[in-house]
Formats: sequence, structure tokens, C-alpha cells
Amino acid sequence: MAEPKPREVLLGPIFDDNQMIGRVVLGVCSALAVTSKMDTAFTMAISVIAVLGCSNAAISLIRNYIPSSIRIIVQMTIISTLVILVDQILKAYAYDVSKQMSVFVGLIITNCIVMGRAEAFAMSHRPGISAIDGIGCALGYSLILMIVAFFRELLGSGTVWGFEVLKLVKDGGWYVPNGLLLLPPSAFFLIGMLIWALRTWKPEQVEHEG
Amino acid sequence: MEEYLSIFLKSVFVENMALSFFLGMCTFLAVSKTVKTAVGLGVAVIVIQTITIPANNLLYQYLLKKGALAWLNPSFAEVDLSFLSLITFIGTIAAMVQILEMTLDRFFPPLYNALGIFLPLITVNCAILGGSLFMQERDYNFTQSCVFGFGSGLGWALAVAALAGIREKLKYSDVPDGLKGLGITFMTAGLMALAFMSFGGM
Repeated sequence: MAEPKPREVLLGPIFDDNQMIGRVVLGVCSALAVTSKMDTAFTMAISVIAVLGCSNAAISLIRNYIPSSIRIIVQMTIISTLVILVDQILKAYAYDVSKQMSVFVGLIITNCIVMGRAEAFAMSHRPGISAIDGIGCALGYSLILMIVAFFRELLGSGTVWGFEVLKLVKDGGWYVPNGLLLLPPSAFFLIGMLIWALRTWKPEQVEHEG
Repeated sequence: MEEYLSIFLKSVFVENMALSFFLGMCTFLAVSKTVKTAVGLGVAVIVIQTITIPANNLLYQYLLKKGALAWLNPSFAEVDLSFLSLITFIGTIAAMVQILEMTLDRFFPPLYNALGIFLPLITVNCAILGGSLFMQERDYNFTQSCVFGFGSGLGWALAVAALAGIREKLKYSDVPDGLKGLGITFMTAGLMALAFMSFGGM
């Protein structure tokens, strides 16, 4: 079997085969609630990149020793150990952010991208390439997260990464903030529109429902 | 009694797992193509939520919480195992799903066949793990967590059945090419979430 090239494996999932908004929707669960500000979205992105890279590598290392009937439990154990690590690190060094994200750090465990990549890639490839695949997929996911967070923070509260960009009316500026974008449902609309944009750009991804 | 009623209503409508916390979205979007399968999955989620949240509550109260091990030996009073809660909860959930699957297979084959592949899928449904984590964060007691478990499961089932109903009707409408399928489903879910927000002041 030909080994896939590292470059393709790393960059492929970002645009052509994005796990989150491409043909399969994975990992939307824990993502939407953390995108109202860019710094929480960024923390989430970093955590997912770390977890996905490490879990893919670890699962791939022991892939030949896992009996297939209990592989889900084994994968779950590895993933939840990594997530506990991330959670503890966040609590130690970024307590405010970790409080804001409340249960959503823990929910990385059930983020379908992590399980999905373990199952689809790490179980059948070598550790090095699996780690790269994990990081690539996580980058694709992070990109969507950051785009959504950018629009929500800019239009919802007139700031980007906490810095004021559009001066708000209540501070003597001109911009009337759009409160809708601070509410969670707006993430649905933004992702819907992103999917629309992506599929207009790459028409081969359009679904033809029977 | 009133307290339980308020937890129940809150978990079904105001803090709906699917529409205000976006938990269980992957399955929510993937399995809502027809009302029939959506209802099947909804029932499975209700059952699992009602079992696992109280079970996790007991585990948390008597094993993991700070000072919880004091009943074993007074010298353990300072032990705080709550950092292990994630791995414990997911273990419980996976085990419960497995047990439920075997029980249904043995005693209620028709229901087992109806649920089919949805049962194992539930292990990775964020709504289930999220429910347990919310239970831990809000410090519910045992009865409260039973009510919360049932309520949040019911709320999720309600949301997925409603979305499936809308999607069935949407098949006959003329949607732009790029929005077909997933895109329009996201938009619909967004509108539903907006509608559910009006329960907020209750």
C-alpha cells in the first residue's frame, strides 16, 4: 500500500476534505458554543490540535495490539486521558478561559472528529503520518472555528480578539452592535453560509439527495 | 416538588441540550432525515440519559467528590478524585450502552431491531456526556439528577423529532444548489434554536 504524502495529508483536510463542513459533518457539537469570542475559540482550537495529534499518534502506536472488539473502549480511554491532561493544564495556566468554556473542554472526548480520525486513519497507518493527519484535520476544524468566531465577535461586539475595531454607539462611535450574533443560534447561520460558500467554490461537494 | 418541576421544565425547554447548548449535533444533523428514525433515536437517548446521569451522580457523590471517600476510611477525607470524573463518566456511559444493548437484544427484540445502529452511536453523543458534566457542575443530588436526566433526554428527543419533521417537508422546496442538504439543515436548526430561546424568560 502506498504511503500517503505528508504534505497532502496535512493540507488536504483543510480545504478539500474539511471534516466539519465538507461531506461529513463531524465535531460540530462542542464547537458552536465556544465561538462567541476569539480567545475562547483559539483555546479550543489549540486544545483540539494537541489532543487530536497525540491521540492519533498514540492509537496508531498500539494499533496492532488492540483486539477489534474492544477498540472503541481503548480509543476512548486514550482520548479521555489526553483530554483530562488538557483540562488540568488549562485550569492551572488559563483559569478564566477554562471557566468560560465550562464543560466544553471535557466534551472534546466526544468530539466526533477525534474518534472519527482514530477509526478511519490511525488504525491503519504508521504513527508519524497519523500524527500529521490528526494535526491536519484539527487545523481544518480550527480554521472554521476561527472564521465563525471572527464574524461573531466583530459584528456582535465590535471587537477582534478583545481590541476595539468598530466603535460602538454607546461609547460615542457609530456602530450599533448586532446582538443576534452574540446568541448561540447565529453560529448555525454562519456555518450554513460557510457551507454554501464552500460548495459554490467547489461544486463537486454539492449533495444530491435522493 | 416545585423544585423538581422547575428542573424538569428547564431541562426540556429553556436549556434544551440540542438547541441551546448544541450538544449531540453530529447525530442531530445526521439522523434527522426521516421522522421515524429520529423518534427511534430520541427514545434511545431518553432511556440512556435517564439511566446514566443518576448512575454517574452516585459515582460522583460516593467516589470522586472531595471528601467522598470518607465513608471508607476517615484518613481518605482529604482525597479529591474529581479530576478523574471525565474518564469515569465516559466509562459508565459506554458500559451502560453495552448493557442496554444486550438486554434489549435478549428481552425486547422488536425494540432492539428498531433502534439498530443508533444504540452504539449514542456512546459518542455529546449530549449524554454533557448531561453528566452539567450534573457535576451544578451539584445536583440524586433525585434532582434523575429528573434532569429524563428532562434533558426528552428535550433532545423533542428537538430531533421536530427537525426531522421540518426536513421531510423541505424535500419539496426549491433550495439553491450549494445550500442543499447540510447547509439548509444548519439554517433550519438555527431558526429552531431562535424559537426555543423565547422559552428563556420562563
